[in-house]
Amino acid sequence: MSARISRTQMPADVGKAAWLFLAPALVLIFIFFFLPVLASLVLSVTDFDIYAIANPPTTRFVGLANYVKLLHTPEFWTALKNTFYFAIVGGPLTIAVSLATALLLNARIVRFKSFFRTLYFTPFVTTLVAVAIVWRYLYHTRYGLLNYTLGHFGIGPIDWLGNPRWAMPAIILMSVWKNFGYNMLIFIAGLQAIPQDLYDAAEIDGAGPMRRFFNVTLPLLGPTLLFVGVITMIGYFQLFSEPYVMTGGGPLRSTTSVVLMMYEEGFRWWRMGYAASIAFVLFVVILIATLIQFRLQKDRT
Amino acid sequence: MSRTNPRFVGGTATEDYRPGAVGGAAGGRGRADSALTRRRISQVVLYTLLIIGALIALLPMMWMLSASFMPTGEASTYPPHFFPSRITFSHYGELFTRLNLGRYLFNSALIAFTVTGLSLVINSMAGYAFAKLRFRGRDRAFRILSLGLVLPVQVAMLPLFLLMKELHLINTYWGVIIPGMASIFGIFLIRQYALSIPDDMLDAARIDGASELRIYWSVVVPGILPILATLAIWTFLATWNDFMWPLIVLSDEAHYTLPVALANLSGEHVMDTELMMAGSVLTVIPVLAVFLFLQRYYIQGVMAGSVKG
Repeated sequence: MSARISRTQMPADVGKAAWLFLAPALVLIFIFFFLPVLASLVLSVTDFDIYAIANPPTTRFVGLANYVKLLHTPEFWTALKNTFYFAIVGGPLTIAVSLATALLLNARIVRFKSFFRTLYFTPFVTTLVAVAIVWRYLYHTRYGLLNYTLGHFGIGPIDWLGNPRWAMPAIILMSVWKNFGYNMLIFIAGLQAIPQDLYDAAEIDGAGPMRRFFNVTLPLLGPTLLFVGVITMIGYFQLFSEPYVMTGGGPLRSTTSVVLMMYEEGFRWWRMGYAASIAFVLFVVILIATLIQFRLQKDRT
Repeated sequence: MSRTNPRFVGGTATEDYRPGAVGGAAGGRGRADSALTRRRISQVVLYTLLIIGALIALLPMMWMLSASFMPTGEASTYPPHFFPSRITFSHYGELFTRLNLGRYLFNSALIAFTVTGLSLVINSMAGYAFAKLRFRGRDRAFRILSLGLVLPVQVAMLPLFLLMKELHLINTYWGVIIPGMASIFGIFLIRQYALSIPDDMLDAARIDGASELRIYWSVVVPGILPILATLAIWTFLATWNDFMWPLIVLSDEAHYTLPVALANLSGEHVMDTELMMAGSVLTVIPVLAVFLFLQRYYIQGVMAGSVKG
């Protein structure tokens, strides 16, 4: 009872303490994240450029001119197409590989589970820039291990990073390798939450492994699948370091992503107003992709 | 909102071993034998797949390590070598002497440790306040904060650069550190864990006359140590591996972090495969070591993150 009294006695004190505890985090997040995001919207309707950096008052309001210009720039559409290619092919591929390995590791007769799990997860924790450099050499047309291995199966040398048709698949392949371990862990947790009775019941009803997967595993994995889908898509739409390190966006702009284009416009050519409009289009794309996935999930339930 | 699945988190995924149909009710000896054979076959198939998968997961890193010890030029020969013909440390030597890698290693470590230390204090105070302290506007503040989870960080980068320029933080360690100190994910992580602290424990401390700061330090922090470990590892690895923002804000080589320096070097030394592999090894080894020794806590973060969604 006395605890209850103290709760009502000191709300002002506790409230004041709470705001003091929150202040550092909230101030930092507001000044260095929320404020810049809002400022980005403002920046995108100005002609802020290299002259404005030296002398900000020369900046002018240009309305939606940056957005209009963007829509008339073929390079932007290419970047958007490349980003969608990466996310729509690479995302599901990553999720499929993650789910397959999670199922393997969840099999009852497999032992040394945590050992394999650690091995599979390792690529995810490595530094992206470092492994992108490693893969650049693995993809070497003549000296790379990948073409050497494929050669044994009668597959001719592929110019992975030099051919516009192969450069994006090469980046996707590396990303699947790098990222599947993260989703795999989440799937394993999801799989372990499915009660064994359901499998046993299905087995008694004569359901084979395939039927059990489609009728028991997949439906019960729904929320996990949504979560994995959303975070994978959000991450993949932000593609930047892989093409920056491996291809520089080439060949023939075939791997230039939206974020890479934003970086080049904003921080190489200092057309910051224009670059801000690219950033905002990216935000809208990610928002729509997220909403679509939530809608899909809602429709099913 | 359930908590993390403890069966999994301890690094002890249940390895239940079911004896299968062997000795099943009706089956004779022959039937038991065939069940055993089938079980053997599926075991062989599963392990083959698992080992192939493990090889694919590890080969790129094993080759990186191996090539870093090769004499110059050996990684660019046909047919490709997997093991060095003789082991040389000269590339590591060159990185530390001529190419200043020690400096980048120091920069990366300094930034990663500082961000980690500060983020532990800042995010744990905020996460605890959201979980356990009652105050006006709590729910609204929390909702606004969660909006930030759908905003891609790149959207903030252009104005953030201009802000940093106004604050004269371009090309300084603080320019990298400050935006990393508070994280919405970190606050959520702590809040979720701190929800399980019993209110009675906090109230008892209040009745004893402890100040709120004292309660945070002596009651809350000891109670949330495991999740603090998780947050520390996540923050350390994320800061160490981060590339885009350091690339933007650090323009002078003396301040480069390892990934930025490595990307820069890889442009100048495209042909020096062995040298670049040695640089990659040095960049990756610290994070791998942290992960392998503390993976229990790291994995807890993955799980907590998934529950949040």
